[in-house]
Amino acid sequence: MNKSYIQNSFYEKTARNRIASIVDKNSFVEILKPGSMPTSPNLASLDITGSFDDGVIIGKATIKDNFVYIIAQEGQFMGGAVGEMHGAKIVGMLLKAIEEKPKAIVFFVDSGGVRLHEANAGLIAISEIMRAMLKVRNAGIPIITVIGGTNGAFGGMGISACLSTHIIMTEEGRLALSGPEVIETLKGVEEFDSKDRALVWRVTGGKTRYLLGHVQVLVEDDIDDITQEIIAALQLPVANVDLSYLQQQQDGLQQQYDQWFGKKDSLSIWQSMNINNPDSISMLSAEQVKAIKKG
Amino acid sequence: MNILNFKFTSQPVDVTMKEVICGVVGSGNLEILVSSITDNEHSEFIINTSVTGFDHIWEAVIQEFVNRYAVGGLQFEINDMGATPAVVSLRLSQAINILEGEAHE
Repeated sequence: MNKSYIQNSFYEKTARNRIASIVDKNSFVEILKPGSMPTSPNLASLDITGSFDDGVIIGKATIKDNFVYIIAQEGQFMGGAVGEMHGAKIVGMLLKAIEEKPKAIVFFVDSGGVRLHEANAGLIAISEIMRAMLKVRNAGIPIITVIGGTNGAFGGMGISACLSTHIIMTEEGRLALSGPEVIETLKGVEEFDSKDRALVWRVTGGKTRYLLGHVQVLVEDDIDDITQEIIAALQLPVANVDLSYLQQQQDGLQQQYDQWFGKKDSLSIWQSMNINNPDSISMLSAEQVKAIKKG
Repeated sequence: MNILNFKFTSQPVDVTMKEVICGVVGSGNLEILVSSITDNEHSEFIINTSVTGFDHIWEAVIQEFVNRYAVGGLQFEINDMGATPAVVSLRLSQAINILEGEAHE
């Protein structure tokens, strides 16, 4: 597809603007609006300025007339990290969905994980989010996650994102457990050079996640493309999470582990997947990468 | 945390919508929540900032803003993370633009 117009980037928008640009006009109804709840007492006790929404915006909306719940993390506020109130808002929204049964929950993840300033409260919040996500899935409600923000999805939010029924990812979005700086600090620069941005994106970015089958959809960083993929995902049936499904997933991961353990870069993995010119992948569009996967 | 309170005399604002959120609490940035108060002869400012020692700069920037716009009857609550005076001024103007329905997105 020829894209000569100016890109309408998801990556560069704030959480509020991401919601506004994807949902039907004037359909968004925010829950716990700014000013209707206190700001984080944990941050205040550390002399850090809080935010009116504690870095996450929740509410109800329609997307092309489909009634959905929306959760959007604001990556600019403390790296989108999950604190006590931030987590409580997400959990509340997830559990409410089980009662009200929207068509889906659309989750714009943009987070480095737990907000360490809030220590245990943040860790508990993450585990509550995971538990709530599984309950929502069990109730047959799809969770459509979009990873395309500045912080990607790391730490506890990396795990949580993987509990979604459907993940839509841009190349710019990143998905992993430990962040690049964390790996470098613990294991040394020989293990992982966090300053090598090309390496970081090759290993954690959307293209490699898509090629390895960890996410369902790769898309350009474009609001229209992302909206279309959300609408497409709304039509899909929700896979039942039972023992055989989980065993199948586990077998797939074990196979990848056995095959590629010890590889230092996605380039060598792409090579062993028999992809021609793995070096060129970083320069390809989402469409071209999808074509490679389909063969 | 440094909490600053200012109250300025101002002409009454002439818009109906009086609830606006603008900006993000990010490094060098701030968010503003505009709401209405009953006293429409004055505007109130509540500023939460982790930076200390710049109270007179805040006052000067807000005085300049109040001189430019009729904002009586409005309250501006600000969460600041080290925004420079220019950014503060810009965000305040932006909040007024959104109130007047001129700028969305």
